[in-house]
Amino acid sequence: MTERVPDDDMRPQDREEVAIASESVGRPASAHGYAGSMALPEESPGPEGSPEVAMTSPEDLSLAYESGVEPKARSQWAYARIRFFRHKMAVLSLLVLIAVGFVAIFAKRIAPYGFDELDLFNITSGPTLKDKHLFGTDLLGRDYLSRVIYGLRTSLWVALFVAFLSTTIGTTVGSLAGYYGGVIDNLLMRFTDLILTLPGLAVLLTAAAFFGAGDPLKVGVILAFLFWTGIARIVRGVFLSLREKEYVEAAKASGAGDGRIILRHMLPNALGPIIVNTTLVIAAAILVEAALSFLGFGIQPPNPALGSLIAAGQGEGFQLWWLVTFPGLAIVVIALAINFVGDGLRDALDPTQRRIRA
Amino acid sequence: MPEPILSIRDLTVEFNTEDGVVRAVTDVTYDLQPGEVLGIVGESGSGKSVSMLSVLGLSPQARIPKGEALFKGKNLLAMSQRQLREIRGGDMAMIFQDPMTSLNPVLTIGDQISEALLTHHPDMRDDAAQKRAVELLEIVGVPFAERRVDQYPHEFSGGMRQRAMIAMAIANNPSVLVADEPTTALDVTIQAQIVEVLKSAREETHAAIVLITHDLGLIAELADRVVVMYAGRVVELADVYTIFNQPRHPYTVGLMNSLARLDAEQEWLEPIPGQPPSMIAPPPGCAFHPRCSFSHGRLLCRTEVPPLRQIGDSTLHVSRCHFAEELEQAQVVAGAAATEEAR
Amino acid sequence: MLTYIIRRLLYSAVVLVLASFLVFTFVTVSGDPLAGLRIAPNVSEQTVQNVIDRKHLDDPVPKRYLYWVQDALTNQFGSTLLDNRPILPDLWRVMKNTMQLVLAAQLLVIILAVLIGVYSAIRQYSPFDYTMTTFSFLGLATPVFWLALMAQVAVVQIYERTGHRLFPIANLSGVDAGGGLHFWIDRAHHLVLPVLVLMVAGIAGYSRYMRAAMLEVINSDYVRTARAKGLPERRVTMKHALRNALIPLVTLVALDFGTILGGAVVTETVFSLDGMGLYFVNALFTNDPYPVMAWLMITAVMIIIFNLIADIVYGLLDPRVRYD
Repeated sequence: MTERVPDDDMRPQDREEVAIASESVGRPASAHGYAGSMALPEESPGPEGSPEVAMTSPEDLSLAYESGVEPKARSQWAYARIRFFRHKMAVLSLLVLIAVGFVAIFAKRIAPYGFDELDLFNITSGPTLKDKHLFGTDLLGRDYLSRVIYGLRTSLWVALFVAFLSTTIGTTVGSLAGYYGGVIDNLLMRFTDLILTLPGLAVLLTAAAFFGAGDPLKVGVILAFLFWTGIARIVRGVFLSLREKEYVEAAKASGAGDGRIILRHMLPNALGPIIVNTTLVIAAAILVEAALSFLGFGIQPPNPALGSLIAAGQGEGFQLWWLVTFPGLAIVVIALAINFVGDGLRDALDPTQRRIRA
Repeated sequence: MPEPILSIRDLTVEFNTEDGVVRAVTDVTYDLQPGEVLGIVGESGSGKSVSMLSVLGLSPQARIPKGEALFKGKNLLAMSQRQLREIRGGDMAMIFQDPMTSLNPVLTIGDQISEALLTHHPDMRDDAAQKRAVELLEIVGVPFAERRVDQYPHEFSGGMRQRAMIAMAIANNPSVLVADEPTTALDVTIQAQIVEVLKSAREETHAAIVLITHDLGLIAELADRVVVMYAGRVVELADVYTIFNQPRHPYTVGLMNSLARLDAEQEWLEPIPGQPPSMIAPPPGCAFHPRCSFSHGRLLCRTEVPPLRQIGDSTLHVSRCHFAEELEQAQVVAGAAATEEAR
Repeated sequence: MLTYIIRRLLYSAVVLVLASFLVFTFVTVSGDPLAGLRIAPNVSEQTVQNVIDRKHLDDPVPKRYLYWVQDALTNQFGSTLLDNRPILPDLWRVMKNTMQLVLAAQLLVIILAVLIGVYSAIRQYSPFDYTMTTFSFLGLATPVFWLALMAQVAVVQIYERTGHRLFPIANLSGVDAGGGLHFWIDRAHHLVLPVLVLMVAGIAGYSRYMRAAMLEVINSDYVRTARAKGLPERRVTMKHALRNALIPLVTLVALDFGTILGGAVVTETVFSLDGMGLYFVNALFTNDPYPVMAWLMITAVMIIIFNLIADIVYGLLDPRVRYD
């Protein structure tokens, strides 16, 4: 570990990035939503995989002479894919997410009722198979399964939007800061300092309260505003470490422009942690948006949202327990699945790990 | 010959990995005489470190299906953890490769050396241990030992740290000192100093030293006898002069030929072609045959693992090659050609 | 060391001032806090004008900011917009309550997370490890507010079915709390559920971190050296491994203060606890920038102090780090 320089990059939160480099889960997203810092990846190693046994015919001997016993070469992404599929939970979670995504996209066809549709014959019924009210109904007789499905849809697309926006902004700013250093880097660091001085959820709430929320798009923008700093710092970290590498110098020496170096040489190396972090941001965004909506500062009615469903059910929730339970369960299942997938991705994309079975 | 102080017999070490069972060490046999320096040479992955680490119980993932390791007559592999712990750091001590990472960064040097002392001498008083730590630092040549004993590892230079590690190892007067790549992580000039430190350590404790390294220069300077390992097996074992001047295994020959020499004219350096084999699926027969310039693809080499055979009359030189005798002629020819060119 | 602290404080002060200006601008410019007042039927023009005058609402933003700063430094953060209630006494009261909740939770979290993390690392891949990992994943996927609600629902349902009152599900103290020891016992009783809820996310996150840190340390070279010296395994774990693994955790916990407050905000809302979280949310509801600003500033100061403590403690624990 290097000497620490005050108010520069090796803060404890950065140090923890380095410290966790060898293990498979970094600091995970918390309710606050600050998607955790991640390990810096090692440069992609040579190909792994089962080696081929030495050949025995005399013609092949000369080949063997040259190469000894060579492992079969595969592309880096193929290896990542193989490693990912070794994680049963990650694969299972991926299937769950695909199913959820399917439900979200085809909500109109799948949900048995509309979001606001009343079924006056079945007011406040618990979960039942009758009339397809699998999640029960609320005080006004609205089918809860449908409401959860629609709420899920909104929450999911907001989360995806947040991830997309924050990743785009974060990667851009982070790469520029990491590559050029100097003023841009300083500005970035000072700005993140600013944001970090205030508790995240409070900032979000303030922004939502005064900026005016209610509409999913606005909420998404507000959330992205907080999340981009995390990705920016990670990309910046990767770029800082890569900047001094020989192939960057070689590219410069052969006259490559800055843009080309960044895009072709450095960014691909940052893709691993970016992907993993973006995944975690999605999970964090769902949780934070739910909290905001619950408190009334996020997505507001008439837009469906899981958090506001829970809030609405809070009054009667002690008796009509399904009003509070099912939306929350939906959040838990999705967030859990995303975290598992993120964990699997982390293992798949960081090949420096070796698991020796005890 | 006196009783060997350490005797490894038919040692086999395996690891279960995600990709299969890796046999890191197979049927390894060698003796260590008291007071001698035994060099173990090989490439990375040859199993040279693993054999010693697993024998001392420092490789918890290792499975040892076969073999014995007799230290002063008692089998280390059959001992309980407690018995092993008494020997570790006490009668048998180890020095590791990278002194920066091998020393605990949050404890002082003195603390770590006294710890070695106090663990094996529980009745020793703390201040006595501290004093002894200072003495040990002086023995290994750390200047201003009194002050430096309270410093942290990061305040020491690389060479100093390695000296501190050696001090820690000799603290309890071991009979066997295992040095695993002691100079690899250091600058060349510092390497020379550490060699001197090892020599004085040997004088101080009269310990036998197992010197594990891939640096042939180090072997030449320190070793009395040499074990050459390849792909987890012992392929040649002889005294140091024989290994350098009359090697009888193609791998050893390759190693010697790949050295840059000041005493002969060389136009090109001659590395050994090819790569070391995979330890999960090693080639059948002799593990070296795909890279061997003397095999010429002979069936025996490709199908049967050569036994470790005596060379000549004495048991002091053994080699694991089906055609070791041919090497004698090849050497004579090569030697003549070299002298011919030099003229 | 002293110069370092001073430098940090100065730097933080600048950041604080900057942040306060930005937030103030944002908060005052967006949204009109008097909107509700204006359309209320019983309120006269004069009343509205009084409020405007008192709070200088007609002045340009930078000038209002300066008024605010003056209020903050000399007048205990002034008073709320509409009912002219002094801010600081309220804030102080709720801060004490929140600190009880947060400190109790954090203390338990640290102890448990370290134990779980260390044990998981030592017995890697054991059933214990897998179970704990599953719990961690679950804990991190569960929204805090929902967990709080479920806790309440569970307690109520148990009461309905068995007549057993496990824990209070709302408020900091009962009606007849009294004083002295009885008061504190009652308080503790009321805090059980909120503390438990807050602990879940904390343990989930920190135990994973501890496990990772411990694993890295256990596989390090210096632990191998310690074993090679013949030290008993327990000594190796405690003196060599744990000490190194704990260092970053200490700072992590200190730095996490902002997150913890976030969790507290939500928990207090659900359990109707009279703490900083509820105070803040209520202030936001009324669109009153003054208590919001006060809250943010005080919290920011606390975060800065905690950050500084974190760095100092790190420097004390890790001899490789020296500030000059």
